[in-house]
Parts: sequence; C-alpha cells; structure tokens
Amino acid sequence: MNTAADLAELEKRWADPPGFLGWMKTVDHKRIARRYFVTALVFFALAGLMAALMRLQLARPENTLVGPDLYNQLFSMHGTVMMFLFAVPILQAVGVFLVPLMIGSRNIAFGRLSSFSYWIFLFGGIMIFTAFFLNVGPEAGWFSYVPLSGPQFSPGKRTDFWAQLVTFTELASLIVAVQIVVTAFKLRAPGMSLNRIPLLVWAEVVTSFMVIFAMPSVMLGSSFLISDRLVSTQFFNPAEGGDALLWQHLFWFFGHPEVYIIFVPALGIISEIVSTFASRPAFGYLALVLALVVTGFLAFGLWVHHMFATGLPPLGMSFFTAASILIAIPTGLQISCWIATLATGGRLRLATPLLFVVGFFFIFVIGGLTGLMLASVSLDSQLHDSYFVVAHLHYVLIGGALFPLFGGFYYWFPKLTGRLLSERAGKWNFWLFFTGFNVAFFPMHILGLKGMTRRVYTYGADRGWGDLNLLATIGAVTIAASMIVFAINVVVSLRRGQRAGENPWGGTTLEWATSSPPPSYGFAQIPCVDSRQPLKHGKEALAWVVGLPTLVRTSLVTRLHDAAPDHITVDPEPSIWPFWTAVAVSALFIGSIFTPWALVWGAIPVTVALIGWFWPKHEETERTNRIEVKPDESRPARFLESAS
Amino acid sequence: MNDEGTPSRRFLDVSGLPTYAFGHRSLMWWGTMGIVLIESTVFAIAIVAYFYLRDRSFAWPPHSVPPVLLYGTLNTVVLFLSTIPNHWTKHQADHENLRGVRIGLVVCLLFAAAFIVIRWFEFGALQTSWNTSAYGSIVWALMTLHTVHLVTDVIDTVVLTVLMFTGPLAGKRFVDVSENAVYWWFVVGSWPFIYATVYLAPRMSP
Amino acid sequence: MNHSAISVAGPRAREIAELLVLFVGVSAVVYVIVVCALIWAIRRKRAATRFEDDDARRAADRKSRHIIGAATALSVLILITLALADFFVQRSLSAHPVDALRVVVTGHQYWWEIEYDDPAPSQRVRTANELHIPVGRPVELVLTSRDVIHSFWLPSITGKKDLIPGHTTSEVLVAEKPGVFTGQCAEFCGLQHAKMRLVMHAVSPEEYEAWRQQQLQPGRQPATDEERRGQSVFTKSSCILCHSIQGTDAAATVGPDLTHIASRTTLAAGTLPNDQSNMATWILSPHAIKPGVQMPATQLAPADLAALTRYLASLQ
Repeated sequence: MNTAADLAELEKRWADPPGFLGWMKTVDHKRIARRYFVTALVFFALAGLMAALMRLQLARPENTLVGPDLYNQLFSMHGTVMMFLFAVPILQAVGVFLVPLMIGSRNIAFGRLSSFSYWIFLFGGIMIFTAFFLNVGPEAGWFSYVPLSGPQFSPGKRTDFWAQLVTFTELASLIVAVQIVVTAFKLRAPGMSLNRIPLLVWAEVVTSFMVIFAMPSVMLGSSFLISDRLVSTQFFNPAEGGDALLWQHLFWFFGHPEVYIIFVPALGIISEIVSTFASRPAFGYLALVLALVVTGFLAFGLWVHHMFATGLPPLGMSFFTAASILIAIPTGLQISCWIATLATGGRLRLATPLLFVVGFFFIFVIGGLTGLMLASVSLDSQLHDSYFVVAHLHYVLIGGALFPLFGGFYYWFPKLTGRLLSERAGKWNFWLFFTGFNVAFFPMHILGLKGMTRRVYTYGADRGWGDLNLLATIGAVTIAASMIVFAINVVVSLRRGQRAGENPWGGTTLEWATSSPPPSYGFAQIPCVDSRQPLKHGKEALAWVVGLPTLVRTSLVTRLHDAAPDHITVDPEPSIWPFWTAVAVSALFIGSIFTPWALVWGAIPVTVALIGWFWPKHEETERTNRIEVKPDESRPARFLESAS
Repeated sequence: MNDEGTPSRRFLDVSGLPTYAFGHRSLMWWGTMGIVLIESTVFAIAIVAYFYLRDRSFAWPPHSVPPVLLYGTLNTVVLFLSTIPNHWTKHQADHENLRGVRIGLVVCLLFAAAFIVIRWFEFGALQTSWNTSAYGSIVWALMTLHTVHLVTDVIDTVVLTVLMFTGPLAGKRFVDVSENAVYWWFVVGSWPFIYATVYLAPRMSP
Repeated sequence: MNHSAISVAGPRAREIAELLVLFVGVSAVVYVIVVCALIWAIRRKRAATRFEDDDARRAADRKSRHIIGAATALSVLILITLALADFFVQRSLSAHPVDALRVVVTGHQYWWEIEYDDPAPSQRVRTANELHIPVGRPVELVLTSRDVIHSFWLPSITGKKDLIPGHTTSEVLVAEKPGVFTGQCAEFCGLQHAKMRLVMHAVSPEEYEAWRQQQLQPGRQPATDEERRGQSVFTKSSCILCHSIQGTDAAATVGPDLTHIASRTTLAAGTLPNDQSNMATWILSPHAIKPGVQMPATQLAPADLAALTRYLASLQ
C-alpha cells in the first residue's frame, strides 16, 4: 500500500541528480517538455520579429528599410523557423507533457530519447540562427524550390543550412512521434480502454502517425537537394534527366500533412478545454475521434493542390480539388460537436482558455472557407502565390493552431508550474491578439485579389497596394503588443501568480489527479479508470495500482485494446549519453554540409555514443535482476479490497 | 467506509507481473515497428521517385547499361539465407537460452560479413556514377539507403553479441536480441523491392 | 485597375471572378450561421448542472445528433455543388482555343523573353517584357524557363501559369476590350522577383497588325551623327555580349532583344518608364534600381552615353 516509506523510495528513485548535471541528464518528460516550450517560444519570438521587420518594409511602397537580399532571408527564416522550429515542436511538446499525465503514466516511453530529441532540436535551431546572423541564412523560402535552390542558382552554403535544419528537426519530430504512439498504446492506466482515451491523446497519436508517414518525404527530398549541391547528383537537374517538379512532389507530400500535423493537436486541445469549461464531456466522442483519424488520412491526399499552377493534367488536379474540399467535412463535424457541447453543458465560464477557443472559431472558420476557394483549380489560378494565400495560411495556422495553443497555455500553465496566469492580463493578451490578427491579415485577402504577389521585398507606388499594406502593418504591431503582454504575464505569474491546487479548473482527466506541478514520478500511485471522465466523482472514487517495485524505476505496461495490466517495464534512469550522442549527430549533420566524408568519419563518434547509451550499467542491472519476475513465473494482477 | 471513517480504497496489485515480455507485448517491439514504418516509407518514396524519373526519360538507363546482375543476385541469396540463423537466434532469445543466443548471433555475423563484402562489389558493378545523370543518382540513392540500414543492423548485432558474452545480463536483454532479429527481417524484407527496382526494372521495357 | 482579379477585362478572368462570387457568397452564409450558432450556444441560459443530470444530457445529445447530422448532410451537398461548379469552369478554361495566336514566353531572371510563333521563321516577332495582342482573339502562350521557375500572371485577363525549366506549360489570354494590363512574376525567382513585371497592350486587330509589321522590320538605321555614334558605342562596348539588334552585328540572346526597344513603354521588365534619362541610369547602374539583376554596370563617357540613349530611342 502507499506507505510513507514507499513514497520516500519512489522520490529517491525518480529524482534527478541535483544541479546542472541533473538538468543535463534528466529523462523526465515534464522537464524536457518545459524546455521545449521555452525554446520553441524563443524561436517564435525571433521569427515574429522577422515578420515585424518585413511588415515595416512593406508598410510603404518602394520602401528602403530592408533590401532584397535581407528580405529574402527574412521571409525564408520566418517560414522555416515558424514551421520547423516552433509550430511542430511545441505542439508535439504538448503531447510530451500531457500524454503520459493524461493516461496515468509515470513517464513517456523511451525517456532518454526525449532528451536526445530536445538537444537535436536545439542544436538545429542554433545552427540555422548562427547561419542567419552570419549572413548565410536560407534565402529561397521555407520550401526551397529547385532550380532556384540548386547549386547553379543558390551558390554558397545558405540552402545547405536550410536543408540540414530540416534533417535536424525531422529527426527530433520522428523520435517524439514514435514515443507518443508507444506511450499512448502501451502505458495507459489499467481500465483506460481505447474508448476512454482523452481526445487530446487521440489527437497526438493521429499527429504522430502523420509525422511518421510524412517526414520521410521531406527527409529524402532535402537529402537529394544537399547531394545535388554537394556531390553533383542530378535529381533536380532537367539537363541530366532530373526534374524540378520532383522536388515539389517530395516537398508537398510532406508539406501538406505538415500543416495538419500542426492543426490536429490543436483540435485535441480544443476538445479538452471545451469539455472542462462547459462542465460536460465533449459531445460526440466517437465522431470526434473518427474525425481526427479521417483528417489524418485525407491530409495525405491533398498535396498536389500546392502545384495547381504547374500545368498538370486537369483530370488529375480535379481529384485533388475533390479531396481538398472533402477534408472540410470532418473538421466541420468537429466544430458542430463543440458547439453542441458548449450549448448543452453547465454554466459556461468564459475564462481565458475558453476565450482563445472562441477566437479559434471566429478566425479558423474564415481560413477554412478561403481554403475551399484555394481548393478550386480555377480560383486557385488567380489566388495562388498571391497575398490571398498569405491571408489564408495565417488564418488557418494562427486561428486553427495558435489560438488553441494559447488557450492550452492558459489552461495547463498551472499544471506545469503550480501557478495560474493572470486572467486580466490574459484578456488583454486575447483581445490585442484577436484584433491585431484580423487587422493584419484580413486586408491581405484583398491585396491578393488586387494582384499583389508573395515574397516581394517591395512594390510599386502605382499599384495601389500601399494603404492596405499600412493597415496590415498596424495589425502586426498590435500582435507584437499582445505577445509582450503574454510574456509579461508569464514572467510575473511565475513569481507572483495565484498558486494552483491539483485541479484549478475542475477538469476530469487524469492530469488533474496529481499535484501542480506533478512530482518527478508523475503519480504517487497509478490510478485505475473505468470511464472517460475518471475524476467525475473525485479522486477518492478511483482504484490505485500497488506492487510496482521501487528498487528501479518501473512503469506498468498494459494491453493495447483494453488496457489490462500486462507486465512491468524498467524505465531508464538519467543519463548523459543522449546529450553526447546529440553532439556527435549534430557534428555529423553540420559537417556533411561541407564535405560528404563527414558522413563516414562522423559516424564513428555517433556509434561510440550510441554504444555508451545502450550499454547496461552493472549496478542498475543488479537491481533489475533483484526484482526480476520471469514471464513463466508470473501471476496476474488482482484487486485487493481494503482501506489503507 | 472503514472504521476510521475514511472511504474504502481499492487497490490493484501488480507485484506478480513479469518484469519483461516478448513480442508485441514489449515496448521495444513497438519502437522497432516505429522504425520499420518510417524506413519503409523512406524506401517506398525513393522507389516511387525512381519510377517517376524513369517515366520522364526517353532512354533508361540514359547513357549506360543496367547494373551487373551477378553480385546483386548473389547478395539476394545470401540475405535470404541469413534469415535462417536470424530466425533460429530469435527463437533462442524468446526461450532465454543464452548459449543458443551466443552461437546464433555469431553465425548471423558471419553472414553479415559475407553480405557486406558482396555489397561492396555490387557498388562497383552498378555501371553508373551518382553524378552523371538522374538515373545514376537515384540508383546510388536506393543502394546507399539500403546499405546504411544493413550496416546499422550489423553494428547493432555486433554490440549485442559482445554484450551477450560479457554481460551485464538481465531478462530484457533477450528481448533486445529478439527485437534485433525483427529489424534484421526488415532489412532483408525490404531488399527484394530495391533489388527489383535497381536490377530488374531497367531490363524491362516501360 | 488593370492588374486585379476582380477588375476583369477578359472572359476567362470573368468566369473565374463569377465562380469566386459563388464561393464567397456561400462562405459568407456559412460563416454567419456558424458564428450565430456559437454565440447562441455561449449565451444560452441554463442551470449550472455539472455532469449530474445524465438523462437530460442524453436527451439533449439526441437532439444535437439530429441537428448535426442534418447540418453535415447539408454541408456535403454544398461542398459537392462547389466542387462541381469548379469542375465545369475548369473544363471551360481547359478547352483548346480556336484560331489562337501562338506566343512562346521564356522566363529568365528577371525578364520575359517573348517570341510570336509562326511557321515561317522570318515572320516571328522577337521582343521582351511587353506583349501586344489583338482584342477578342485568343492567344495561346507556350511557357518555359531558361533558369528557375517563374509564373506568368495577368490578373485582369486570366489565371497564372508557371514557367518551369525542362517543362512546357500553356495558358490562354483573351482580352475583351483594349487597354494596358499588367502583372508580375508570381513564383519566387530570386533577388529581383519583386520587379519582374509584365505589360500587355490589348489593341484592335488593325493596330495589332500594324505593330506586328513594324516589329518584323530590322532595326532602324541611324539617321543622325549622334545616332550613328550611338550605334557604334553599342557594338563596341559590352552591350553586344548580351543583346541583339536585327540588322546589326549584335545577335546575342542572353538578354532582351533591343531591335524595337523604343516601341516599349517600360524598361527593366516594367520597372521604369522608357525614356532616355531612365535608359541612361539603367545602363550606368542597373544595380541601383534592381540590385541582383544579371546586367552589369557599364561605364561610359557622358557623350557616349547620350549618343547611345539617343540611338536606342530611335529604335521604334
């Protein structure tokens, strides 16, 4: 049972070593997720500053604030950083933090991989920003179309840094994706069958599968691009049998799912916030889950809509029009379910998390509707590569992902840090963001229709685009102000925010069944669940797991479909090897920008580090063997009925 | 309620459960499957790229002859044969037979040495260079992708073999051996597709 | 406005604009419905129940299921309608034009190479950056690129089409009224993507034929001493390495053909009005106007420069 001695043993076993070394060696998913949040938000701020610079340049026609070379680097970095270093990592980090807590697990599966993936993510970001500040930043957009990005038209190393950044971030994302799937499938609390899994967990699982099937395409494409530039392969050179459109297929086969990889976790966040603040379980659980899965599948059938202007056969393009229009259905279904939830719940509390979700509805739906326009080949022939698309993509990404993400920040900040963010500042944050966003981006629909193309560092005074651009810049400045309010809110609340108990919002999912912030071991005891809302009748109504050994770190592995207890697994202890392996891998990646031999020689330290990582420690093995129960000597789990 | 007036609590006692498990019950299996899914997608996309480029070409191979069949076919045979000691070793691991595992892993390594050597000759006999044409580039890309997996599999196996001789050993190490065999299956199982694309497709008329 | 998708001057752009009106109209209605439903849901009066009243909730859920089912079915119908509308417009726009003028446009960093196709090579007009087309007659553009991907876009006339090296694409232009229509390159192509403009003059068939005959002539011979000096400067300096003027020794095709440069209204792909002063500035320091452009700066003595621009201004 849960004696004080057991708890002390658990504390000791799951504690990180003290100080800086502990910080480097931790495999605690909560500490690593927090790291991801902070780093991704720093990248977000930097990419936002780049956007501000671009908006200042475009505020007046024929402006001379920023020249073409710097401007091209700015928009390339803005897109690259936002997509690869902010949006995907932070929404995956939401999963890294919450999936184990929501399923009642002590840690994420393969804990050391979390550490490794974070360092890879960080080192990739440091590399690309160093390149940018040394004036060697990417200049061919976040999508690097060939032949412009090829060896002939983009000399130097700029595009190589971009391509290698893709390798860094794609490796980190793939690793986290596999971790999330394994965690959600095998580490759930007893009784949490598939139909009792929280909607955010479903969303993260669907996202992870999308990552697994989409990222290889861009990995392959960016490798082909680097090798065209480094060792003269001819993948994209039409003169030697290569093809410029091959790049576009490889990129967009990844690129379209990529935006859903960003969007789907946000859909999960919305379900969680709506159900808590409407004081009822989300309406249409099955529909919501199926909508997530169908969206995940359909996302892979749309990519050619980015290529409608390339002269592909009309019948083929019509298929992609149909698919691109079809994907509106599952999303529309989800929106209906959420509105039904809000309409039929208890009295609504319009606290900041819900306010951001309401903002999502207002903004994202516009983006979805302009998406239908872009899905039409005929309409797209006018709208493609114009500011209309810039408007659309920001409406869907900011409305569809960023607003729910901010809602999620306000919702789970108390769980992460133990303090609540200020509601008052939150409302300022929301309204400045909402207003600024619409003022900045709505005019861009009109600018696109009036002929303004994308990725232009300036435009003629005779075009008649000046006023709308000025308006957009004012909106951008307002967004910046809202972010400053957010930053201040975070910094001040960390010190002086109202302290949060275990469950400040009255949520019913398992993350609210432990302290704020949770201890390193997650839960003092693993809960058992028998419904979709485990905390509906309070913590006292739950059953608890006992008998997990504390001589080593252990977790309970359960069966995939019904989460019946299956076996006990030994969790990894803190280790410095993920860090050193990340250093070795980064050296290999960065070296191979300059010479192909880096792949060969760089593999040696990577192999050594991986062996160090894998090789079992004597002392830990000895403890593992002491608690060992062989499969053929085991007894099944059984309920005990007694008070503690 | 019990005597003290606090609510009764129910407990699920898991102390009798095994501390490791084989096959799809183990986390390692799922992790390995994750890698298999990712790498299969990489191979599939690379093969599609091969046929995409071929579709846009008039002559294929454009300036050269197809790769010499001998080494590639020989390696196919060796790879298929290697599944025998691989399967046997997995069986030994699933039954936690340490001696069997040691023997099996060493035999697997002998096969590994053979197919690495033959792979070296395969590269020499591709009849094209990576930089002369898109054809050469995609052929080298496919062969390099598979070889990277081959080499990592061999290194994994070497490390596991040493570990099974030196220790420290625990039950879960047998699971590692078993899952390494699964990865070996993937490396062998993905090969026929690469082989057909690199060696057979250029010999067939489009 | 002559460069706007909503200020149309041709049947193709008109068809697309009408389709846009359909989509925008439907979207506006849908948006209003969704927003109203959301506001209604939020502001509804209700008791502060918290999960307890399961039966009431189940009853409400049954009602919601019906409403959502109907809404989803309706959405499917609307979406199918929109998809069909697009399909029909697509079919109409893809129809092969009858009796079309054929013009080959080749994209370069950062200018448009234009050649009016004809079975007889001597009847082919070569020009750059500015198109002339007869009103009412379809023009079939055959598009490709010499370097990177560009995109041809005249918003008032029709949708855009990419120019891709190693590929040939096509687009159709039809102007329904005379006028000057502009656009710019719509696929990011490098440092001066922003200043790669297109100018199209839609004129009456008679004016078009007159223009065409004029363009088929070799370059006008210099008539004055200064023009002769200008031609001499042209053929003796670096100009001749990239540019061609029919009827002289200059036959390079790296840069735009200048045989009838004075008949164009703009310089540097629509960046500057075509007059002698701008021409002089462009020759002396192109990178002050379009940093990153391929044309190098040319050092010339003021008298030589004046003669050169005088000569070029004579090339109608």
